[in-house]
Amino acid sequence: MSPLAKLLEAALFAASRPLTLAELASLEPESGDAALRAALTELRAAYGDDHGVELVEIAEGWQFLTRREYAEVIDRAQFALRPRRLSPAALETLAIIAYRQPVGRVEVDEIRGVDSGAVIDKLLERGLVEIVTRGEGLGRPLLYGTTPQFLEILGLKDLEELPRLEELSVALRPPTPAEEPE
Amino acid sequence: MNTPPPVVRDQSGFVIELEQFSGPLDLLLHLIHEEEVDITDLPISKIADQFLAVIGDLGLNQAADYLEMAARLLRIKAQMLLPRRLGDDEWEDPRAELVRRLLEYQQIRELVDWLARAAAVRAERFGRGYEAPPPDAPPAPLQIDLNDLLAAAERVIALIPEPMLHRVVPRPLNVEGALEKIHALLAERETFGWSDVVGPGATIVDVLSAFIALLELAKRGTLSLAQPEPFAPMVIKRESPREAA
Repeated sequence: MSPLAKLLEAALFAASRPLTLAELASLEPESGDAALRAALTELRAAYGDDHGVELVEIAEGWQFLTRREYAEVIDRAQFALRPRRLSPAALETLAIIAYRQPVGRVEVDEIRGVDSGAVIDKLLERGLVEIVTRGEGLGRPLLYGTTPQFLEILGLKDLEELPRLEELSVALRPPTPAEEPE
Repeated sequence: MNTPPPVVRDQSGFVIELEQFSGPLDLLLHLIHEEEVDITDLPISKIADQFLAVIGDLGLNQAADYLEMAARLLRIKAQMLLPRRLGDDEWEDPRAELVRRLLEYQQIRELVDWLARAAAVRAERFGRGYEAPPPDAPPAPLQIDLNDLLAAAERVIALIPEPMLHRVVPRPLNVEGALEKIHALLAERETFGWSDVVGPGATIVDVLSAFIALLELAKRGTLSLAQPEPFAPMVIKRESPREAA
Protein backbone atom coordinates (compact mmCIF):
# COMPACT_ATOMS: atom_id res chain seq x y z
CA MET A 1 0.00 0.00 0.00
CA SER A 2 1.08 3.58 -0.59
CA PRO A 3 2.22 5.63 2.43
CA LEU A 4 -0.91 7.79 2.20
CA ALA A 5 -3.18 4.74 2.21
CA LYS A 6 -1.38 3.46 5.31
CA LEU A 7 -1.78 6.82 7.00
CA LEU A 8 -5.51 6.80 6.22
CA GLU A 9 -5.75 3.25 7.54
CA ALA A 10 -4.17 4.34 10.83
CA ALA A 11 -6.42 7.38 11.19
CA LEU A 12 -9.59 5.47 10.36
CA PHE A 13 -8.59 2.76 12.79
CA ALA A 14 -7.97 5.27 15.56
CA ALA A 15 -11.20 7.17 15.06
CA SER A 16 -14.36 5.56 16.36
CA ARG A 17 -16.61 7.46 13.98
CA PRO A 18 -16.79 8.14 10.26
CA LEU A 19 -14.14 10.62 9.12
CA THR A 20 -15.11 13.05 6.41
CA LEU A 21 -13.01 13.71 3.33
CA ALA A 22 -12.08 17.11 4.78
CA GLU A 23 -10.91 15.49 8.01
CA LEU A 24 -8.88 12.91 6.13
CA ALA A 25 -7.41 15.60 3.88
CA SER A 26 -6.20 17.52 6.93
CA LEU A 27 -3.83 14.65 7.76
CA GLU A 28 -1.59 15.51 4.87
CA PRO A 29 -2.88 18.68 3.25
CA GLU A 30 -0.21 18.79 0.56
CA SER A 31 -1.21 15.48 -1.05
CA GLY A 32 -4.30 16.89 -2.72
CA ASP A 33 -7.81 15.67 -3.36
CA ALA A 34 -7.11 13.28 -6.22
CA ALA A 35 -4.33 11.50 -4.32
CA LEU A 36 -6.61 11.23 -1.28
CA ARG A 37 -9.40 9.61 -3.27
CA ALA A 38 -6.97 7.27 -4.95
CA ALA A 39 -5.57 6.26 -1.55
CA LEU A 40 -9.08 5.61 -0.23
CA THR A 41 -9.85 3.44 -3.22
CA GLU A 42 -6.60 1.59 -2.70
CA LEU A 43 -7.34 1.10 0.99
CA ARG A 44 -10.85 -0.16 0.28
CA ALA A 45 -9.48 -2.62 -2.26
CA ALA A 46 -6.86 -3.80 0.27
CA TYR A 47 -9.69 -4.63 2.63
CA GLY A 48 -11.45 -6.61 -0.04
CA ASP A 49 -12.90 -10.02 0.61
CA ASP A 50 -9.92 -11.19 2.64
CA HIS A 51 -10.79 -9.28 5.79
CA GLY A 52 -13.42 -9.32 8.51
CA VAL A 53 -13.78 -5.56 8.34
CA GLU A 54 -14.30 -3.36 5.34
CA LEU A 55 -14.01 0.31 4.53
CA VAL A 56 -17.49 1.78 4.13
CA GLU A 57 -18.62 5.15 2.86
CA ILE A 58 -21.12 6.35 5.40
CA ALA A 59 -22.55 9.57 6.89
CA GLU A 60 -20.59 11.82 4.53
CA GLY A 61 -17.39 10.08 5.54
CA TRP A 62 -15.48 6.83 5.74
CA GLN A 63 -15.37 4.21 8.45
CA PHE A 64 -14.15 0.68 9.06
CA LEU A 65 -17.09 -1.58 9.84
CA THR A 66 -17.34 -5.30 10.46
CA ARG A 67 -18.82 -7.37 7.66
CA ARG A 68 -22.49 -8.16 7.88
CA GLU A 69 -22.01 -11.92 8.01
CA TYR A 70 -20.44 -11.67 11.48
CA ALA A 71 -23.34 -9.72 12.98
CA GLU A 72 -24.98 -12.75 14.61
CA VAL A 73 -21.82 -14.09 16.22
CA ILE A 74 -20.64 -10.76 17.57
CA ASP A 75 -24.11 -9.94 18.79
CA ARG A 76 -24.52 -13.30 20.52
CA ALA A 77 -21.14 -12.99 22.22
CA GLN A 78 -22.19 -9.52 23.36
CA PHE A 79 -18.88 -7.96 22.36
CA ALA A 80 -21.03 -5.28 20.86
CA LEU A 81 -24.77 -4.85 20.92
CA ARG A 82 -26.99 -3.89 18.06
CA PRO A 83 -28.56 -0.49 18.63
CA ARG A 84 -32.11 -0.41 19.80
CA ARG A 85 -34.64 -0.30 17.04
CA LEU A 86 -36.58 2.88 16.45
CA SER A 87 -40.31 2.86 17.09
CA PRO A 88 -42.72 3.31 14.17
CA ALA A 89 -43.61 6.74 15.53
CA ALA A 90 -39.94 7.72 15.58
CA LEU A 91 -39.42 6.44 12.04
CA GLU A 92 -42.49 8.28 10.75
CA THR A 93 -41.24 11.49 12.29
CA LEU A 94 -37.73 10.94 10.95
CA ALA A 95 -39.08 10.26 7.46
CA ILE A 96 -41.07 13.49 7.48
CA ILE A 97 -38.17 15.54 8.82
CA ALA A 98 -35.73 13.96 6.35
CA TYR A 99 -37.88 14.81 3.33
CA ARG A 100 -39.29 18.15 4.43
CA GLN A 101 -36.35 19.67 6.23
CA PRO A 102 -36.20 22.28 7.51
CA VAL A 103 -39.62 21.55 8.93
CA GLY A 104 -41.55 22.65 12.00
CA ARG A 105 -43.42 20.57 14.51
CA VAL A 106 -46.84 21.69 13.30
CA GLU A 107 -46.24 20.29 9.84
CA VAL A 108 -45.01 16.99 11.29
CA ASP A 109 -48.14 16.83 13.48
CA GLU A 110 -50.34 17.52 10.47
CA ILE A 111 -48.85 14.82 8.29
CA ARG A 112 -48.89 12.22 11.07
CA GLY A 113 -52.29 13.27 12.39
CA VAL A 114 -51.02 13.10 15.97
CA ASP A 115 -49.00 15.22 18.34
CA SER A 116 -45.30 14.61 17.71
CA GLY A 117 -43.66 16.83 20.32
CA ALA A 118 -42.49 13.99 22.56
CA VAL A 119 -41.17 11.97 19.61
CA ILE A 120 -39.19 14.93 18.29
CA ASP A 121 -37.72 15.53 21.75
CA LYS A 122 -36.52 11.93 21.84
CA LEU A 123 -34.98 12.22 18.37
CA LEU A 124 -33.22 15.41 19.47
CA GLU A 125 -31.91 13.58 22.52
CA ARG A 126 -30.56 10.75 20.38
CA GLY A 127 -28.92 13.28 18.10
CA LEU A 128 -30.82 12.13 15.01
CA VAL A 129 -32.40 15.50 14.35
CA GLU A 130 -31.38 19.02 15.29
CA ILE A 131 -32.81 22.49 15.31
CA VAL A 132 -31.67 24.04 12.06
CA THR A 133 -33.26 27.44 12.13
CA ARG A 134 -36.43 29.30 13.00
CA GLY A 135 -39.36 29.68 10.64
CA GLU A 136 -40.88 32.91 9.43
CA GLY A 137 -44.40 32.22 10.63
CA LEU A 138 -46.23 33.08 13.79
CA GLY A 139 -44.03 32.67 16.87
CA ARG A 140 -41.02 31.92 14.67
CA PRO A 141 -41.30 28.15 15.15
CA LEU A 142 -38.22 25.97 15.50
CA LEU A 143 -37.39 24.09 12.32
CA TYR A 144 -35.76 20.68 12.42
CA GLY A 145 -33.41 18.82 10.11
CA THR A 146 -31.55 15.52 10.18
CA THR A 147 -27.96 15.08 11.43
CA PRO A 148 -24.97 13.00 10.23
CA GLN A 149 -25.94 10.64 13.07
CA PHE A 150 -29.19 10.00 11.20
CA LEU A 151 -27.23 9.00 8.10
CA GLU A 152 -24.99 6.83 10.23
CA ILE A 153 -27.71 4.73 11.84
CA LEU A 154 -29.19 4.13 8.40
CA GLY A 155 -25.84 3.41 6.79
CA LEU A 156 -26.34 6.15 4.20
CA LYS A 157 -23.62 8.14 2.47
CA ASP A 158 -25.79 11.22 2.23
CA LEU A 159 -29.41 12.28 1.92
CA GLU A 160 -29.25 11.64 -1.83
CA GLU A 161 -29.37 7.93 -1.04
CA LEU A 162 -32.88 8.16 0.36
CA PRO A 163 -35.44 6.86 -2.12
CA ARG A 164 -36.77 9.56 -4.42
CA LEU A 165 -40.44 10.23 -3.80
CA GLU A 166 -41.37 9.45 -7.39
CA GLU A 167 -39.84 5.99 -6.97
CA LEU A 168 -42.38 5.12 -4.30
CA SER A 169 -45.49 3.21 -5.26
CA VAL A 170 -47.68 5.93 -3.79
CA ALA A 171 -47.76 8.82 -6.18
CA LEU A 172 -48.49 12.14 -4.62
CA ARG A 173 -49.22 15.60 -5.81
CA PRO A 174 -46.80 18.32 -4.67
CA PRO A 175 -46.91 18.94 -0.90
CA THR A 176 -48.70 22.27 -1.18
CA PRO A 177 -51.64 21.89 -3.54
CA ALA A 178 -51.97 25.67 -3.83
CA GLU A 179 -53.23 27.38 -6.93
CA GLU A 180 -51.21 26.10 -9.81
CA PRO A 181 -50.92 28.53 -12.67
CA GLU A 182 -52.08 26.98 -15.89
CA MET B 1 -78.24 16.74 12.36
CA ASN B 2 -78.73 13.66 14.42
CA THR B 3 -76.42 10.77 13.79
CA PRO B 4 -77.57 7.42 15.01
CA PRO B 5 -75.19 5.87 17.50
CA PRO B 6 -72.44 3.99 15.71
CA VAL B 7 -73.31 0.42 15.00
CA VAL B 8 -70.62 -2.03 15.97
CA ARG B 9 -70.51 -4.43 13.07
CA ASP B 10 -69.43 -7.92 13.53
CA GLN B 11 -66.41 -8.07 11.28
CA SER B 12 -65.99 -11.83 11.69
CA GLY B 13 -64.26 -10.92 14.92
CA PHE B 14 -61.08 -9.30 13.70
CA VAL B 15 -59.41 -7.74 16.66
CA ILE B 16 -57.90 -4.29 16.44
CA GLU B 17 -55.20 -3.36 18.87
CA LEU B 18 -54.74 0.31 19.50
CA GLU B 19 -51.00 -0.18 20.07
CA GLN B 20 -50.44 -1.17 16.49
CA PHE B 21 -51.62 2.17 15.15
CA SER B 22 -49.60 5.31 15.33
CA GLY B 23 -52.64 7.54 14.89
CA PRO B 24 -56.03 8.07 13.26
CA LEU B 25 -54.58 8.15 9.74
CA ASP B 26 -52.93 4.81 10.32
CA LEU B 27 -56.20 3.35 11.59
CA LEU B 28 -58.05 4.81 8.63
CA LEU B 29 -55.58 3.30 6.17
CA HIS B 30 -55.96 -0.04 7.90
CA LEU B 31 -59.75 0.11 7.52
CA ILE B 32 -59.43 1.09 3.86
CA HIS B 33 -57.17 -1.88 3.17
CA GLU B 34 -59.39 -4.15 5.22
CA GLU B 35 -62.41 -3.11 3.15
CA GLU B 36 -60.44 -3.19 -0.08
CA VAL B 37 -61.88 0.09 -1.26
CA ASP B 38 -60.38 2.65 -3.59
CA ILE B 39 -58.62 5.33 -1.61
CA THR B 40 -59.26 7.99 -4.24
CA ASP B 41 -62.99 7.23 -4.35
CA LEU B 42 -63.53 6.71 -0.66
CA PRO B 43 -66.95 5.34 0.37
CA ILE B 44 -66.94 7.90 3.14
CA SER B 45 -70.15 6.81 4.81
CA LYS B 46 -68.99 3.25 5.21
CA ILE B 47 -65.51 4.20 6.37
CA ALA B 48 -66.83 6.80 8.81
CA ASP B 49 -69.16 4.25 10.41
CA GLN B 50 -66.34 1.73 10.69
CA PHE B 51 -64.03 4.31 12.19
CA LEU B 52 -66.61 5.31 14.79
CA ALA B 53 -67.34 1.69 15.60
CA VAL B 54 -63.69 0.92 16.12
CA ILE B 55 -62.85 3.88 18.29
CA GLY B 56 -66.02 3.27 20.29
CA ASP B 57 -64.95 -0.32 20.80
CA LEU B 58 -61.49 0.67 21.85
CA GLY B 59 -62.73 3.20 24.35
CA LEU B 60 -60.53 5.69 22.61
CA ASN B 61 -62.88 8.50 23.29
CA GLN B 62 -60.27 10.32 25.30
CA ALA B 63 -57.83 10.44 22.42
CA ALA B 64 -58.36 13.86 20.92
CA ASP B 65 -56.61 13.00 17.67
CA TYR B 66 -59.02 10.16 16.99
CA LEU B 67 -62.02 12.26 17.96
CA GLU B 68 -60.94 15.06 15.68
CA MET B 69 -60.73 12.62 12.79
CA ALA B 70 -64.15 11.21 13.66
CA ALA B 71 -65.62 14.71 13.52
CA ARG B 72 -63.91 15.37 10.21
CA LEU B 73 -65.30 12.14 8.73
CA LEU B 74 -68.82 12.99 9.85
CA ARG B 75 -68.55 16.44 8.35
CA ILE B 76 -67.40 15.05 5.02
CA LYS B 77 -70.18 12.49 5.15
CA ALA B 78 -72.73 15.27 5.66
CA GLN B 79 -71.24 17.38 2.86
CA MET B 80 -71.47 14.42 0.50
CA LEU B 81 -75.19 14.22 1.18
CA LEU B 82 -75.84 17.80 0.11
CA PRO B 83 -77.51 17.97 -3.30
CA ARG B 84 -75.47 19.42 -6.11
CA ARG B 85 -76.35 20.57 -9.57
CA LEU B 86 -75.41 18.46 -12.53
CA GLY B 87 -72.40 19.71 -14.43
CA ASP B 88 -71.41 22.01 -11.60
CA ASP B 89 -67.75 22.71 -12.26
CA GLU B 90 -67.40 24.63 -9.04
CA TRP B 91 -68.18 21.60 -6.94
CA GLU B 92 -65.24 20.49 -4.90
CA ASP B 93 -65.12 16.95 -3.63
CA PRO B 94 -65.30 17.28 0.18
CA ARG B 95 -63.13 14.17 0.40
CA ALA B 96 -60.26 15.70 -1.55
CA GLU B 97 -58.30 17.04 1.41
CA LEU B 98 -58.66 13.79 3.37
CA VAL B 99 -57.65 11.71 0.38
CA ARG B 100 -54.60 13.90 -0.12
CA ARG B 101 -53.61 13.47 3.52
CA LEU B 102 -54.15 9.72 3.37
CA LEU B 103 -51.99 9.38 0.27
CA GLU B 104 -49.34 11.54 1.86
CA TYR B 105 -49.44 9.44 4.98
CA GLN B 106 -49.31 6.25 2.96
CA GLN B 107 -46.19 7.57 1.31
CA ILE B 108 -44.66 8.21 4.73
CA ARG B 109 -45.49 4.66 5.76
CA GLU B 110 -43.69 3.37 2.71
CA LEU B 111 -40.66 5.47 3.63
CA VAL B 112 -40.86 4.13 7.18
CA ASP B 113 -40.53 0.59 5.82
CA TRP B 114 -37.54 1.67 3.77
CA LEU B 115 -35.86 3.39 6.73
CA ALA B 116 -36.50 0.41 9.00
CA ARG B 117 -34.89 -1.91 6.47
CA ALA B 118 -31.89 0.38 6.06
CA ALA B 119 -31.45 0.65 9.84
CA ALA B 120 -31.67 -3.15 10.20
CA VAL B 121 -28.95 -3.65 7.59
CA ARG B 122 -26.76 -0.99 9.19
CA ALA B 123 -27.22 -2.60 12.60
CA GLU B 124 -25.44 -5.69 11.30
CA ARG B 125 -22.15 -3.87 11.07
CA PHE B 126 -20.15 -2.69 14.02
CA GLY B 127 -17.66 0.13 14.04
CA ARG B 128 -14.68 0.47 16.31
CA GLY B 129 -15.16 1.84 19.77
CA TYR B 130 -18.80 1.03 19.59
CA GLU B 131 -20.51 1.93 22.80
CA ALA B 132 -23.50 -0.14 23.65
CA PRO B 133 -26.61 1.88 24.37
CA PRO B 134 -27.14 2.14 28.10
CA PRO B 135 -29.08 -0.85 29.38
CA ASP B 136 -32.75 -0.17 29.64
CA ALA B 137 -33.95 0.93 33.02
CA PRO B 138 -34.82 -2.07 35.20
CA PRO B 139 -38.36 -3.29 34.62
CA ALA B 140 -40.49 -0.69 36.31
CA PRO B 141 -40.64 -1.92 39.91
CA LEU B 142 -43.22 0.60 40.97
CA GLN B 143 -46.63 -0.60 40.03
CA ILE B 144 -48.67 1.24 42.55
CA ASP B 145 -51.79 3.26 42.80
CA LEU B 146 -52.26 6.59 44.45
CA ASN B 147 -53.58 5.05 47.65
CA ASP B 148 -50.42 2.99 48.18
CA LEU B 149 -48.34 6.06 47.62
CA LEU B 150 -50.35 8.19 50.01
CA ALA B 151 -50.39 5.44 52.63
CA ALA B 152 -46.63 5.09 52.41
CA ALA B 153 -46.12 8.83 52.68
CA GLU B 154 -48.43 8.90 55.65
CA ARG B 155 -46.47 6.18 57.40
CA VAL B 156 -43.29 8.19 57.08
CA ILE B 157 -44.92 11.44 58.05
CA ALA B 158 -46.65 9.87 61.04
CA LEU B 159 -43.24 9.19 62.56
CA ILE B 160 -42.33 12.84 62.40
CA PRO B 161 -43.73 15.08 65.12
CA GLU B 162 -45.06 18.50 64.20
CA PRO B 163 -42.38 20.04 62.02
CA MET B 164 -40.98 23.28 63.34
CA LEU B 165 -40.89 25.14 60.11
CA HIS B 166 -39.78 28.46 61.52
CA ARG B 167 -36.93 27.45 63.71
CA VAL B 168 -33.48 27.88 62.29
CA VAL B 169 -31.41 24.86 63.18
CA PRO B 170 -27.69 25.52 63.44
CA ARG B 171 -26.61 22.06 62.33
CA PRO B 172 -29.53 20.64 60.46
CA LEU B 173 -28.17 17.20 59.67
CA ASN B 174 -26.42 14.95 62.09
CA VAL B 175 -25.03 12.32 59.78
CA GLU B 176 -22.13 11.48 62.10
CA GLY B 177 -24.53 10.70 64.91
CA ALA B 178 -26.59 8.50 62.63
CA LEU B 179 -23.45 6.74 61.41
CA GLU B 180 -22.49 5.94 64.99
CA LYS B 181 -25.91 4.59 65.75
CA ILE B 182 -25.90 2.41 62.64
CA HIS B 183 -22.41 1.12 63.41
CA ALA B 184 -23.62 0.18 66.88
CA LEU B 185 -26.58 -1.67 65.39
CA LEU B 186 -24.33 -3.39 62.87
CA ALA B 187 -22.08 -4.60 65.66
CA GLU B 188 -25.10 -6.14 67.39
CA ARG B 189 -27.09 -7.67 64.58
CA GLU B 190 -26.58 -8.80 61.03
CA THR B 191 -29.92 -7.51 59.76
CA PHE B 192 -32.22 -4.91 61.10
CA GLY B 193 -34.90 -2.58 59.84
CA TRP B 194 -35.41 1.09 59.16
CA SER B 195 -37.48 1.52 62.31
CA ASP B 196 -34.49 0.33 64.39
CA VAL B 197 -32.46 3.18 63.00
CA VAL B 198 -34.88 6.06 63.39
CA GLY B 199 -37.25 4.83 66.08
CA PRO B 200 -40.52 6.51 66.94
CA GLY B 201 -40.57 10.22 67.49
CA ALA B 202 -37.71 10.92 65.14
CA THR B 203 -37.63 14.39 63.72
CA ILE B 204 -37.42 15.05 60.00
CA VAL B 205 -33.75 15.89 60.56
CA ASP B 206 -33.19 12.48 62.17
CA VAL B 207 -34.89 10.78 59.25
CA LEU B 208 -32.77 12.61 56.69
CA SER B 209 -29.55 12.09 58.64
CA ALA B 210 -30.23 8.38 59.03
CA PHE B 211 -31.08 8.03 55.37
CA ILE B 212 -27.92 9.78 54.20
CA ALA B 213 -25.84 7.72 56.64
CA LEU B 214 -27.37 4.51 55.29
CA LEU B 215 -26.68 5.51 51.70
CA GLU B 216 -23.12 6.42 52.62
CA LEU B 217 -22.51 3.07 54.32
CA ALA B 218 -24.13 1.23 51.43
CA LYS B 219 -21.79 3.06 49.09
CA ARG B 220 -18.81 2.04 51.19
CA GLY B 221 -20.03 -1.55 51.08
CA THR B 222 -20.44 -1.76 54.84
CA LEU B 223 -24.05 -2.75 54.50
CA SER B 224 -26.66 -3.48 51.85
CA LEU B 225 -30.12 -2.04 51.53
CA ALA B 226 -33.09 -3.95 50.23
CA GLN B 227 -36.75 -3.37 49.91
CA PRO B 228 -38.68 -6.55 49.08
CA GLU B 229 -41.56 -4.65 47.53
CA PRO B 230 -42.52 -1.03 46.90
CA PHE B 231 -42.85 0.87 50.19
CA ALA B 232 -42.13 -2.20 52.28
CA PRO B 233 -39.93 -1.54 55.30
CA MET B 234 -36.29 -1.29 54.36
CA VAL B 235 -34.09 -4.24 55.30
CA ILE B 236 -30.54 -3.34 56.27
CA LYS B 237 -27.98 -6.11 56.13
CA ARG B 238 -24.37 -6.17 57.25
CA GLU B 239 -21.92 -6.92 54.44
CA SER B 240 -18.89 -9.11 54.96
CA PRO B 241 -16.32 -6.91 56.66
CA ARG B 242 -13.48 -6.36 54.27
CA GLU B 243 -12.80 -2.76 54.90
CA ALA B 244 -9.57 -1.38 53.64
CA ALA B 245 -7.14 -0.67 56.44
